[in-house]
Amino acid sequence: MIRLLLFTALLTGFVPEAPAQSALASAQESLRKIDQTDPGKRGLEIARVIDRRDTGWQDQSTSLVMILRNRQGQESRRDLRVKTLEVEADGDKSLTIFDTPRDVKGTAFLSYTHAIRADDQWLYLPALKRVKRITSSNKSGPFMGSEFAYEDLTSQEVEKYTYTWLRDEPLDGARTLVVERRPAYKYSGYTRQLVWVDVRMWRPVKVEYYDRKNSLLKTLRSTEFTRYLDRYWRPAKMSMINHQSGKSTELLWTNYRFRSGLGARDFDRNALKRAR
Amino acid sequence: MSAGVNAVRVARLAGIAAGTGLLSAGLLWVAVLLAALPGRAESLEISGYAGIEPRLFFHSPTFAGQIHDNISAVLQPEFYSEWNAGRDSVLFTPFARLDSADGRRTHLDVRELLYQRVAPDWELRAGIGKVFWGVAESEHLVDIINQTDAIEDVDGEDKLGQPMLNLALIRDWGTVDLFILPGFRERSFAGSGGRLRQSLVVDTNNSSYESSAGDRHVDYALRWSQSMAQWDIGLSHFYGTSRAPRFVLDTRRPGPPILIPRYDLIHRSALDLQATMDNWLWKLELIHESGQADSHVAWVGGFEYTLTGFAGTRADLGLLAEHLFDSRGHAGPNPFQNDLFAGLRLALNDVQSSEVLAGVIQDLRGDASLFSIEASRRLGDRWKLELEARLWSRVKQHDPFKAIARDDYIQFSVLRYF
Repeated sequence: MIRLLLFTALLTGFVPEAPAQSALASAQESLRKIDQTDPGKRGLEIARVIDRRDTGWQDQSTSLVMILRNRQGQESRRDLRVKTLEVEADGDKSLTIFDTPRDVKGTAFLSYTHAIRADDQWLYLPALKRVKRITSSNKSGPFMGSEFAYEDLTSQEVEKYTYTWLRDEPLDGARTLVVERRPAYKYSGYTRQLVWVDVRMWRPVKVEYYDRKNSLLKTLRSTEFTRYLDRYWRPAKMSMINHQSGKSTELLWTNYRFRSGLGARDFDRNALKRAR
Repeated sequence: MSAGVNAVRVARLAGIAAGTGLLSAGLLWVAVLLAALPGRAESLEISGYAGIEPRLFFHSPTFAGQIHDNISAVLQPEFYSEWNAGRDSVLFTPFARLDSADGRRTHLDVRELLYQRVAPDWELRAGIGKVFWGVAESEHLVDIINQTDAIEDVDGEDKLGQPMLNLALIRDWGTVDLFILPGFRERSFAGSGGRLRQSLVVDTNNSSYESSAGDRHVDYALRWSQSMAQWDIGLSHFYGTSRAPRFVLDTRRPGPPILIPRYDLIHRSALDLQATMDNWLWKLELIHESGQADSHVAWVGGFEYTLTGFAGTRADLGLLAEHLFDSRGHAGPNPFQNDLFAGLRLALNDVQSSEVLAGVIQDLRGDASLFSIEASRRLGDRWKLELEARLWSRVKQHDPFKAIARDDYIQFSVLRYF
């Protein structure tokens, strides 16, 4: 996670270790203290609160099922495991291990994300026992043939975008802030994204992605949130619909585990080679 | 499942595939290891693939005894068990091929039978293993630990399992891998019925060695590797029996002359380097080798440039070019002494992971060209189709490819993963 600048904390007035029962109250307080006048400033502050509130989980491990559906409704399934290490003052490190389809079993993907400079990415190909450093200019490319691009799944550092707050609006009965963000990094497939931030959880619950021609490309809905360690909200389900192709991908997350003592050593090229 | 059952199961399955004393010894060792840890093994994971591979040749055979086409069945299961929360593990990967045309291509091998221990700043591997070094695509020059299973394919990517003791020391300044390699694996060669061979059959029963210890010479290797910003670098040294033999013509015995492989002792220092800069991957593999034969240098280096979302589609198109050089020139055994590789890699990024890699290696003196196409596509969740074609053209009399110049082929693979 990017370490927040001191003035951010002053602006938001956010208390990091807010007791669980007062989450809503603290969220509302965060909201109240955010600048109301300048949409740019307000957008950035919202992003910083999201980032700030998702700090301190150290490491996270999950199981992931991806269901890919084409326009005719035919399904294809992938099973993966994802481990993530929170890195202070930089982007997170993650290790993704493929269990199915069986022909890619044992393939693993190691990624060091960075705020603005290019991410570092390695792929392990078990048939050859080969670790291959791969280009990071594939951000807009589909992940495993799905409707998720690499850039949709990497850690969302504050510096990766510029922000404009658009409006507050209710979404499915929850109060949300709608923020437009424009990628500040190279090779994005998007001109902009609209993000609906649930103020109770301070998590994006809906994202609209606009392609390079600024037409609506995809909509992501994140649902079935659970709070872990009294602080960290995680969805059990993320559904991405591609409006242009009619295809969709569902991510089903299970077995969230935090603070299991993973360290940098679990995210190096040696760990990639023996990932199972 | 208990470790005892695991051990019995692993031993039984391995017993089926056993063919060498080395294998039996290794197996016994793993069985003892597993049995010594009752109840510790947390699971036995079985995966792998089986397939059918017809290979069709475009021209009639060059040499007497060669059979026109062939069909193969291939099986490579993988057994894996770990305990101590993954800090200890055993991996067993036997391999079997049954070939219709070439008795030698029908072969068994233990690709891996490896115990691994992982600690915070070191990793130990003991048994039969497989190691890859390198960055280039057209040739794997630096990769030396494992012998090439040359009877499998001409691309040098199939490897025989290598007995090894490997200690990796993991430090902030990089990883140091130490290898002790007891026991040499001879390169495999096609038999009399097989295509893709020299005019004379290679007599692998009478191989000769520079070392008086023959194929029991203990080889050593050391490698330092590190990743720094956009650089990935590896420096290595190998001392031991060369994986690539010279050939000696044996006419002393009665009957037709045969080729005897001769394996020298070599010192080989190597560098592999990749710079990853946005869409560009810059790659270099460089070796210096000395031994009984003249010392020489060789390299393969070039780039891969990727066009993400090629032509407004989901596909990625990679453009590859590499220069291959060997200072021994045309007189040497390496067919790629001054050649240029140009290739295209197309990944459709579709649900079936469809991919094509097509390339040509062109001799810069205007002689032989080698064309190659590899394509693959998944069918459903467990099947995969692969296509591989290799064509040689304008091969001249002196070229190392001369003997296989008429062996242009196309191979289809239907593989089932489990």
